[in-house]
Amino acid sequence: MGLVIDGEPATALAGDTLLTAVLTNGRQLRVSEFGDGARAGFCLMGACQDCWVYTEDGDRLRACSTPVAEGMRIVTKGATWPRLG
Amino acid sequence: MAAPRVVIVGAGPAGVRAAERLVAAGLRPTVVDEGMRAGGQIYRQQPPGFTRRPEELYGTEAGRAVAVHGAFAALAGRIDYLPETLAWNIEPGLLHVARDGVARKLPYDAVILATGATDRLLPVPGWTRAGVYSLGGSQVSLKAQACAIGARVAFLGTGPLLYLVASQYLKAGVEVAAVLDTSPASARFKALPLMASRPGLLVKGAALMWKLRGVPILRGVTPLAIDGDDSGVTGIRVKDAGGREHRFAADAVAMGWHLRPETQLADLAGVPFEHDALSGLWMAQVQADGRTAVKGVYLAGDGARILGADGAEIAGTLAATSVLADHGIQVPVAEVVELIGRRAVMDRFRRGLLRAFPWPGHLAAAVPDDTLLCRCEAITAGELRRSASDLGAPEVNRAKALTRVGMGRCQGRYCGPAGQEILAAARGVALPEVGRLRGQAPVKPLSIATVVPLGVEDA
Ligand SMILES: Cc1cc2nc3c(=O)[nH]c(=O)nc-3n(C[C@H](O)[C@H](O)[C@H](O)COP(=O)(O)OP(=O)(O)OC[C@H]3O[C@@H](n4cnc5c(N)ncnc54)[C@H](O)[C@@H]3O)c2cc1C
Ligand code: FES
Repeated sequence: MGLVIDGEPATALAGDTLLTAVLTNGRQLRVSEFGDGARAGFCLMGACQDCWVYTEDGDRLRACSTPVAEGMRIVTKGATWPRLG
Repeated sequence: MAAPRVVIVGAGPAGVRAAERLVAAGLRPTVVDEGMRAGGQIYRQQPPGFTRRPEELYGTEAGRAVAVHGAFAALAGRIDYLPETLAWNIEPGLLHVARDGVARKLPYDAVILATGATDRLLPVPGWTRAGVYSLGGSQVSLKAQACAIGARVAFLGTGPLLYLVASQYLKAGVEVAAVLDTSPASARFKALPLMASRPGLLVKGAALMWKLRGVPILRGVTPLAIDGDDSGVTGIRVKDAGGREHRFAADAVAMGWHLRPETQLADLAGVPFEHDALSGLWMAQVQADGRTAVKGVYLAGDGARILGADGAEIAGTLAATSVLADHGIQVPVAEVVELIGRRAVMDRFRRGLLRAFPWPGHLAAAVPDDTLLCRCEAITAGELRRSASDLGAPEVNRAKALTRVGMGRCQGRYCGPAGQEILAAARGVALPEVGRLRGQAPVKPLSIATVVPLGVEDA
């Protein structure tokens, strides 16, 4: 399956979560908005919310519970201030 | 009397058995579950298309997993099942749910909250590094994604799940750097009388230790730090019971200290809470049969008391019988008596486990000032302590308003238990005195675009 992570083409397996897909292409998932470094998810069960990434259109996705889909275009770096709520 | 409208939140062992019992009585319950597929935590199913055998996924629990999945499959067409749906708020008679950015309200006469549990965590310097995962999460990764969290993994925490997941990693061909247990070896012997209530599980535990032979296992450790560099974890340091420092190279760490019930919905529903001295946790007040002080609200499974998967099944059936009885539908007395008896055995074992693998409150209270307590907003333990010393915060909700600890997007799930200890120690008071973080809706962040319609929809 093909997807685009931060502008770079990447591949993933059907059935992968977005988190698995990103981490098979590198060691980190995202950068903390609070300046304390790289994160790679934590609870893997939809509870900690430490795995938010964004689509190129700005929609927030919880990477550990979002199945990867063909052609997904996601942004993990330089995310804007978290949109809470 | 018209058939009561019953909504069940959670399709784990508790929710599945509750639904099954209601259907057997001729009702058509609605089952709401956030997951894509039924099964809950322990019997989590792999995504469609993955074809590992149940024995590979669930090990010795394969038979039970197949039974729970089968029970749920057999309910198709006789329940209304809403997967990938979050129950995000509750008010009397109405459950608020959302799926794919669309919110609805489900009216209910009775609601069974079978919301399960999440890992209970203790902050350790470096625990926010890439490559550190909750213990349960590390198991989820194996079960649901056939992926290990690293190539050489260290396990830190306490409880049976620590040893179980380490053995599952070993079996999957992953190198286990060490199992680092904060509980002293002596605690296990003291707990034996209570744990003897389920001898079968003691035997399983012994078999588990045999599987882990050859892996360094340290008991009574004090975690010092998880080391790393820009790309992630490089190792973990602990002090052993004798005060000697050890370092284990690792590229990932799984950490967890038992589980804590997911009680946000029960809290929002107005169920009273009590402080449980044994676990140090605030728990929803619930009777053995699942009834609470709030009419129409029932609790079952790990979300009420951590009784394990078998206990969750019993609790689910019990809660359903209570719903039926409260709506004038006959339930055989012998059935209830038998279930309550079996549940009591599980509860005895639960108490044994908490003695054998105690929550190390003293370690939480001693977390260094510069350690991040809140993963969500990068707030340190020191900032929370200062809210007590300089600003006089008497309890956790006031401290939360001052420091934002517990206000982030996990809503205190991961900082809450340690935060209580830190605040109580800083104020020099007993744990119950600093109170508990109150639940807030939505219980998890909704997608930004969620449309909340005003009307009430029929379930
Ligand atoms: C990560 C993890 C791993 C575990 N591994 C083991 C193990 O290996 N062996 C063992 O014996 N025990 C294990 N346990 C304990 C075991 O899972 C439980 O005893 C058992 O699964 C409890 O069943 P339950 O039905 O109460 O809850 P769960 O199985 O946790 O099911 C709860 C369900 O409710 C759903 N839910 C929760 N809140 C909401 C909401 N607001 N809206 C919609 N849906 C919601 C969840 O998505 C979940 O599907 C584990 C627990 C966890 C958390
Ligand atoms: S990793 Fe915790 S919510 Fe995704």
